[in-house]
Amino acid sequence: MSITADDISRAAIGARTAPSMRRSFTESRNLRSFLLTAFVWILAIIAAIPLFSVLYMLISQGGARLSLDLFTELPPAGFMQGGGFGNAIIGTLVMVGIGALIAIPVGVMGGVYLGAIAPDSKLSAGIRFVAKVLTGFPSILVGIFIFGLLVQAMGTFSALAGGVALAMGMLSTVMLTSEQAIRMVPQRMKDAATGIGCTSTQTVWKVVLPTALPGILTGVMLGIASAAGESAPLLFTALFSSFWLESLVEPTASLSILIYNFSGMPFPNQIQLAWSASLVLVLIVLVFNILSRLFGSRKV
Amino acid sequence: MAELKLSSLSEKSISRNPSGAEYASDRGFRGLALACGLAMMLLLLAILIIIGREAAPAISKYGLGFLTNAVWAPGRGEFGILAEIWGTLYSSILALIIAGFFGVSIAIFLTQDFLPPALAQVFRTIVEMLAAIPSVVYGLWGIFVVIPAIRPLANWLHEHFSFIPLFGTSFGGPGMAPAVIVLAIMVLPTVAAISQDAFRLIPYKVKEAAYGMGTTRWEAILKVMVPTAANGIFASLVLGFGRALGETMALAMIIGNANQISLSLFSPANTLASLLASTFPEAGQLEREALMFAALALLFITFIVNVAGTIIMSFAAKQQTT
Repeated sequence: MSITADDISRAAIGARTAPSMRRSFTESRNLRSFLLTAFVWILAIIAAIPLFSVLYMLISQGGARLSLDLFTELPPAGFMQGGGFGNAIIGTLVMVGIGALIAIPVGVMGGVYLGAIAPDSKLSAGIRFVAKVLTGFPSILVGIFIFGLLVQAMGTFSALAGGVALAMGMLSTVMLTSEQAIRMVPQRMKDAATGIGCTSTQTVWKVVLPTALPGILTGVMLGIASAAGESAPLLFTALFSSFWLESLVEPTASLSILIYNFSGMPFPNQIQLAWSASLVLVLIVLVFNILSRLFGSRKV
Repeated sequence: MAELKLSSLSEKSISRNPSGAEYASDRGFRGLALACGLAMMLLLLAILIIIGREAAPAISKYGLGFLTNAVWAPGRGEFGILAEIWGTLYSSILALIIAGFFGVSIAIFLTQDFLPPALAQVFRTIVEMLAAIPSVVYGLWGIFVVIPAIRPLANWLHEHFSFIPLFGTSFGGPGMAPAVIVLAIMVLPTVAAISQDAFRLIPYKVKEAAYGMGTTRWEAILKVMVPTAANGIFASLVLGFGRALGETMALAMIIGNANQISLSLFSPANTLASLLASTFPEAGQLEREALMFAALALLFITFIVNVAGTIIMSFAAKQQTT
């Protein structure tokens, strides 16, 4: 087919009558566009409902019981009234602390290796892949792993085993976010350090880590936040205890396991305590979450 | 002070070669960093070995029949996890359908300029907060909010539509329906976050080109943006599925822990993870061995799904950026 003069003149006439630039809802594609927009608005609002429902329940049910006793007393048995969960708060904090002590140095050093020492090696790609796979791994399997590794060898459930299990869960988060933060450090800063004769260790310590610190802290805080809310691994490693923590090698209470145990009890007192414990647990998680956002927003 | 600096500058350059001690410590530091990286690989290997070792006695005792037997009777020493495998897959697939639908829609909503940036950030924070709520808190909320909330609807559906297998049994409280709802809420942030990343990787000019062709906003989204982000969206669904398979505590609290295979949304059921969580603390030696076999099965399923999801995601990221 060839273009004739007739075609060209017809096209010119068409161009002179400009198309309408107004959007009209009588045109079906515009109507469909409008309806779809309304639809995603509704979906987004529906998705927000659970969060507000959970927060409302935490404040109304958990807040109702909030008093100093909760933090200083031990969990009540069966029909008893009153009581608190002081030992569970301590247990959670101690085990998250043990977890952080293990996961932060190993995770950050691993991040240094992936991000600064051998960013493009095959081995790094492998480590990165394993870390990503482990991020999505069910935490209950980590608990069973530590049960087989530590609990059986030590002959007892313990805060130590619980802390190690939490560390394993935090490790991949800390390592991957550290790597990301370290990679963001501009190459010219590293080049400058190398140029004045720094070894790569000195470059890492004096240039890379200080620059990447906000990003690393973001990952660390996120890791701590998710470890604090973790429950499945603790069920297999720390179990629970109704008494104060006296040594690191005995069964240890935690807020999450207390909530799990009390939620199934037929006593209103225990149910109320489960809600209050949930409120405290969510507050702990939120504090670390907010910290991670604060550090994150300071990123250069 | 300033004088000193100047004089040292004039005599020699500020750069110098590292000393022998610095070389040595450098080598040590690199070695340590490598060891920490390798710890990650070691961890995965150790998990596989230890759980495999723990499961070995049960494997030799029950064999593959363990996977096809639906009876869990510690009293008779008879164990099988067919019902749990069914419950795990059924609950995860249903939850993924809901979470995928909501998650991808929300990813579109938050990345395709529907909202001013500040308001989009508010919604993004809300979705991220959903991921921050601990699993046990969702369980507690499921018991006292979700179950009472869906009871009237469930009863009505059962009364009028009991010929449909989905609504075939009466609603007794803990069961598949509340478990699926809570599971969907817990998986939603994963799907939404990874899908958002996939949409954000698309260069803006792609959308401008679509608008230039005269598309409406939704024609651009559905015919250009979604197909371009398809691999990333698929990865988000696979990784979300992996999350759902392994979710433990909330399900142990609201799924009813009943060892049965049923299509009905209202009957109690069980999953591998919640079987482990609910029976392990009080299990005897024999049952513990069997539970380790169940743990190995869970490990096997989630490992495959997570590896697949991670591969798809890195493939999608590579494809979209080049």
